[in-house]
Amino acid sequence: MSFGQLGYDVAHLLGGGVLLLSFVLLYQRRIGAVINAFATQGTLLALAAAWQAHAQGAPGLYLTAVLAFAAKGVLIPLALHAIVRRLNLHRSVETALGVGLSMTAGVALVGLSILVVLPATEGARALAREDVALALSVVLLGMLMMITRRNAISQVIGLLSLENGLILAAIGVAGMPLVVELSTAALVLMVAVVAGVFAFQIRERFDTLDTGSLEEHRGEGR
Amino acid sequence: MPLQWAIVFFAWGGAVALAAVPRLRTATLVNVGVSAVSFLLAVALALQPFAQHGWTRTDALNTPFILVSAFVGLTTSVFSAATLDQEGFDHWRIRAYHAAYQVFMGAQTLALLADNLGVMWVAIEIATLATVSMVAVHRTPAAFEAAWKFFILCGVGIALALFGTIVLYLAAQPLLHEETGLSWAALMGVAARCDPNTLNLAFAFLLLGYGTKAGLVPLHSWLPDAHAEGPVPISAVLSGLLLNAAMLAVLRAKSIVGANPDAIAPGPFLIALGLASVLLASVSLWRRRDARRFFGWSSIEHMGIVAFAFGLGGAAANLAGLLHLVGHSVIKSAVFFGVGRAAQAKGSQKIADISGLVATHPALGWGLAFAIAGIAGMPPFLLFASEFRLLTAAAAEAPWLALALVAGMVMALAALITVLQALCFGPPTSDAAGALDGWREAAAAAPLWLHLAVATLLGLAMPGALAAMLAEAARIIG
Repeated sequence: MSFGQLGYDVAHLLGGGVLLLSFVLLYQRRIGAVINAFATQGTLLALAAAWQAHAQGAPGLYLTAVLAFAAKGVLIPLALHAIVRRLNLHRSVETALGVGLSMTAGVALVGLSILVVLPATEGARALAREDVALALSVVLLGMLMMITRRNAISQVIGLLSLENGLILAAIGVAGMPLVVELSTAALVLMVAVVAGVFAFQIRERFDTLDTGSLEEHRGEGR
Repeated sequence: MPLQWAIVFFAWGGAVALAAVPRLRTATLVNVGVSAVSFLLAVALALQPFAQHGWTRTDALNTPFILVSAFVGLTTSVFSAATLDQEGFDHWRIRAYHAAYQVFMGAQTLALLADNLGVMWVAIEIATLATVSMVAVHRTPAAFEAAWKFFILCGVGIALALFGTIVLYLAAQPLLHEETGLSWAALMGVAARCDPNTLNLAFAFLLLGYGTKAGLVPLHSWLPDAHAEGPVPISAVLSGLLLNAAMLAVLRAKSIVGANPDAIAPGPFLIALGLASVLLASVSLWRRRDARRFFGWSSIEHMGIVAFAFGLGGAAANLAGLLHLVGHSVIKSAVFFGVGRAAQAKGSQKIADISGLVATHPALGWGLAFAIAGIAGMPPFLLFASEFRLLTAAAAEAPWLALALVAGMVMALAALITVLQALCFGPPTSDAAGALDGWREAAAAAPLWLHLAVATLLGLAMPGALAAMLAEAARIIG
């Protein structure tokens, strides 16, 4: 498959869509909008998995697609909305990094991942390498979001979108064994993280700027 | 069922059974029973010839660690049975704690046994989930904070490791059949012909990912808190077992990359992370006021020493690293038994509040004193042998690096001795409520002394079969 063929183009379009949604996640300020953007990203990821299932002739990937849609397109966003209501966070506007600055950093990370992945994978098939480059961009943008956001929900969404990048990489590598099992296991981890937010009722991310209270929590206060 | 899977599924079956037991006494006894049978199964497995079996394999590299893991799992379950009523659990927490303990033990064994790198990843993930729930079980703000930090940092870590695993498959894809694509043995076979650049990329992610779980600087910050906030017995298995599984995963990745002559040498990366861990920990140890966090930092130091040894490579340094991993498991869990019991008896885990243990609790106090001396690398315990071997090898190959390592180790040694004197020989402090009756006090101290005896035996006269196995393992790592 190469550029200009339908299978290649659709896979690229969907992968690119997932990456685009990572940028949306990066600049959205309102927590509700962030959750909706994440739901859209999950749905696009499910479409990408379904397309790969069709293109590679790997029916197992349909399962990954269904699970991704059910969990990331519907259930996790609903749960996150519920947490936001319960913790009364829905009015809060995040003072993340400025839009211009986070976009610049995001574009730099995408450039970095292309520069790292494409020369390093010359032996592999074109579609797989470009998919991995897109996926690494999504992973790095997820990490950037985890670093720049203040409250725990946005941080968890950063981690969830990072995991979307992993699934994008796994489904793009044709013929990888255990893809369905691994993507399901990764999904279990993410569901557990969301359950953790519920159980722990964590509002702030762990490294707040107020180190005084932190030392107290760590049992290191005098 | 083959023995490999029997060990894993016996523990997981035990977890299901334990989730149904609400009574403390019954649950602790069942837990000891399940751990004892698991230990016997592990011994039986070690006596079998090495083999690859589906997704699992036994070889010289993992067999010693399966034995250590089953041994520490058993002694920790005994310690847990003696001291758990001090934690004040209700019946839901008793169920959750014991079920999570056996889920962790099964996943830990599977992570060590796995030949398929995908299965290994899933096993380490399950072990992480189980330990997070154990760290959070007290439901205090500090426990939640520790569990949350553990969860998020290790979540990112294992996510990166999965990415590394995918890229590793991408490197080997043109050379392998689909079914064997993630098998370590198959990957070793074709590693020399893989695209070296793709291997480099995979190694970077695997090292960072599993390095987070092994507590290597700069991704270490979950470790001290997770060790300090969970129930007392958990620190012993966290430090003694989980770190080994993560380090073994790093070693499997290193051996694949090392087998390709055109790929980057993995050694310098391990040396850099290891040295950074040793130096940062040796400074941080001086600033700790919480006893369990102090020994958590000491685990970071020891993982740094181990990473340094494997980074140096060669038969002598690799053997030193393996001995150090075994010794650290045995002695550090002994330290946590002692510190944990002392913290319960004194009602505080601040170093200032635990003092003069030798006067108030002689068996516990002397045991802890020997264990801290052991973890500081004093003879006759195993860590003295491993550190001596490592320093000889390092002095011959890289004297300047050895100098930096020695500086870190000496600083850490001094901090450990200071804390040893404060905890064991200072002016005695009064006990809080929470004295155990006679036999349980003995059952709480017995695992500590047993571990000291094992560490001495391994340090002075290691059984020939085990020594041969470790020497063979040092060759596998390359």
